[in-house]
Amino acid sequence: MKIAVCLKQVPSRDWQPRVNEARTWVRDAEATFEMNEPDAYALEEGLRLKERHGGEVVVCSAGPARVSQVVREALARGADRAIHVESDALAAADGAAVAGALADAMGGEAFDLVLTGLQSDDQGLAQVGVALAERLGMPHATIIMEVKVEDGALRVKRELEGGWFQWVAMPLPAVLTIQSGINQLRYATLKGIMAAKKKEIRKVEAAACASRQRIVNLYAPQKTKQTTMIGGSAAEAAAELVKRLRDEARAID
Amino acid sequence: MILVIAEQRDGQLNKASWEVVTAAQRLSARIGGAPVKVAVLGAAVTAAAGEMAGAAVAEVLAVEHPALEPYTADGFVGALEPLVASQAPDYVIVAHTYQARDFVPKLAARIDAALITDVVGLAEAEGRPAFTRLVFQGKLAADVLPEGKPPCLVTCQAGAFPADAAARGAAPAPVTTVAATLDPASIRQKPEAPFREARQAVDLSQAARIVAVGRGIREQDKLPMAEELAKLLGAELAASRPICDAGWLPPERQVGSSGQTVAPKLYLALGVSGAIQHAVGMKASKTIVAINKDAEAPIFEVADYGIVGDLFEVVPALIKELQKS
Ligand SMILES: Cc1cc2nc3c(=O)[nH]c(=O)nc-3n(C[C@H](O)[C@H](O)[C@H](O)COP(=O)(O)OP(=O)(O)OC[C@H]3O[C@@H](n4cnc5c(N)ncnc54)[C@H](O)[C@@H]3O)c2cc1C
Repeated sequence: MKIAVCLKQVPSRDWQPRVNEARTWVRDAEATFEMNEPDAYALEEGLRLKERHGGEVVVCSAGPARVSQVVREALARGADRAIHVESDALAAADGAAVAGALADAMGGEAFDLVLTGLQSDDQGLAQVGVALAERLGMPHATIIMEVKVEDGALRVKRELEGGWFQWVAMPLPAVLTIQSGINQLRYATLKGIMAAKKKEIRKVEAAACASRQRIVNLYAPQKTKQTTMIGGSAAEAAAELVKRLRDEARAID
Repeated sequence: MILVIAEQRDGQLNKASWEVVTAAQRLSARIGGAPVKVAVLGAAVTAAAGEMAGAAVAEVLAVEHPALEPYTADGFVGALEPLVASQAPDYVIVAHTYQARDFVPKLAARIDAALITDVVGLAEAEGRPAFTRLVFQGKLAADVLPEGKPPCLVTCQAGAFPADAAARGAAPAPVTTVAATLDPASIRQKPEAPFREARQAVDLSQAARIVAVGRGIREQDKLPMAEELAKLLGAELAASRPICDAGWLPPERQVGSSGQTVAPKLYLALGVSGAIQHAVGMKASKTIVAINKDAEAPIFEVADYGIVGDLFEVVPALIKELQKS
C-alpha cells in the first residue's frame, strides 16, 4: 500500500506566541517548532499500516524551508521518503491554500491512502484533510480512531461527540483525518536517525497559493470572567485557597 | 441572504442549530437586514423544519432525499452544491459540530468558497463583517476576513452564540420542501449505526469533587501526587485528553467534548490549559480552581479561583495544608 502522511510543523506548545507589529501573525522567527500532534498520530498509523500490509510511507509537508526539521523527524521514525512543498507564504496560509499546494504535489503519486491530522495546533482550521480529499477526488472520513484495511477497502472508526463512535466503510483510495490517541507513538531510534539522512526529500515549488481568508487583527482574548487570583508563596497560596474553598465557596468540608 | 444549515439526527434538532440562527440574525443586523433562511437536510425532515420555522427567518427549506440518511459527507455535499448554487447566499452558517467538520470543508473546496471555522464572535474590519476565532490553542484571538467571491462559509463554536437569544417570529416562517438532486451512487461512504463503548466503570458525572490533571503533570510517575490530593479532598481523579491518549489514565476518566461532561461542586484543574474541547466538559462545575504556571492560560477564563504557579510546588503545599485539619 502506498501511504501518504501529511505533516505540519507548528510552533511548540510551550512557546508563548507574540503578535507581530501589523497584528496579522505571530513573531514566528522567535518560535521553536514541533510536529503537529495529531499529525504525529497519523504518521504512527501510517507506519503501522505499512508494517501490516507492506508498501511505503511518504511524508508530505507544505511550508517554509524550516519544516524539513519535522520531515527529518518523520523519516527517522520510519517513513520512507518525503515531498516538501516549499513556500514561505504557506506558513500562515489557510486550509484551502495548503490543500491546494499539497494536492498539486501529491496528485501524480497515485496514493492508496492519505492520512492527515484532524487539525493543527496553530490555526486549528480543521480543513486540510477534507479539502485535500475533494481535490484528489477521493472519499474521506474524519476524526478517526481505528483503521482496518480489508480486501482493498477501508473500514474506519469515526469518533462522534460525547463518547459515541461509528464504523464507516469506503473504497480505496481514500483520505482519513486522524484523531490524537488512535495509537501509542514510537520515537526515533539512533539507527532511524542515521538512516533518515540517506532518505529522499523531493522539493516541490508551490504554485501561487491563494488563501481564502486573511487575519486582520490578532490579539490576546478578552477576559470576561472575574477570577479570584491567589498569590504568595506556594504555602501561602495553598492556605488561602483551602480557606476560601471552605468558608467562601463551601466546596470542601 | 444568509443560509443556515441546521443539524438533525432521527428528526431531533441539534441545539447548536438554534445557536447558529442567533449568529445569522446578528450577522444580518450588521449587513442591512439580509434575509436569513434555514435548510434542514434528511430523508424526511418536515417536523424538524417546522420546529425551525418558529425562528424569525424568511424561509425554512426542508431538503429531502432518502440517500441523505444516514449522514454521509458525499451525500450532504452532493445535495448542498446545487442548493447553494440556486439560493446564492452571501454567507452559509453551520454549527462547528463533528458533522460540520466532516462535510463543510468539502463543500467549500467543491464550490471554491472561503471557509472560516470555529468562530466565536462577530467583529468588523474594512467596513465589512469579520469573524473572530481563537488560534494557537486559545492563547490568541484573530479577527478574520473572507477573501474572494461569495458565499463565505462560517462554522460557529458550540456555546459561542446563545440558543435562547435567537429571535422568534410572530408567525411561523414558510416551510418549503425541496427534493434534493442527488445521485445515491455517488455516495462512497457506508456508515454503520453509532455506538458507545462498553459500559464505563467510573461515572464522573456523579462525583461531588474532581481533581483533573493535564499535560502539566509531565510524567505518569507524578500521578500519585494528584491522587493523594484527590483522596484528601474526597475527589475523583480525571484528566484532559492527552493524559488518556498516552494511556496514563483510562479513557473513562477523560473530561471534555469527546469524554465525559461533569458539573461537580469542585473542579480542581492541575496543569490543564483549558482548551475549548476540555472546557465544554467542565465549565458548568460550581467552583472551578485552576493551578497553572502560565498566567495567560485559557483555563483562567473559566476558573473562579486561580493560582499562577508550578503545580509541583503548589500541590504538595495543598496536601500539607489539607493534612493539617
Ligand atoms: C475533536 C477534538 C476533541 C477533543 N476532545 C477533548 C476532550 O474531550 N477532552 C480534552 O481534555 N481535550 C480534548 N481535545 C484536545 C484539546 O484540544 C487540547 O489539546 C487538550 O485539552 C489539551 O490538554 P492539556 O490542557 O492537558 O495540555 P496542554 O494544552 O499542553 O496544557 C498543559 C498546561 O499545563 C501547564 N503547565 C505545564 N507545566 C506546568 C507546571 N509545572 N505547573 C503548572 N502548570 C503547568 C501549561 O502552562 C499548560 O497550560 C480534543 C481535541 C479535538 C480536536
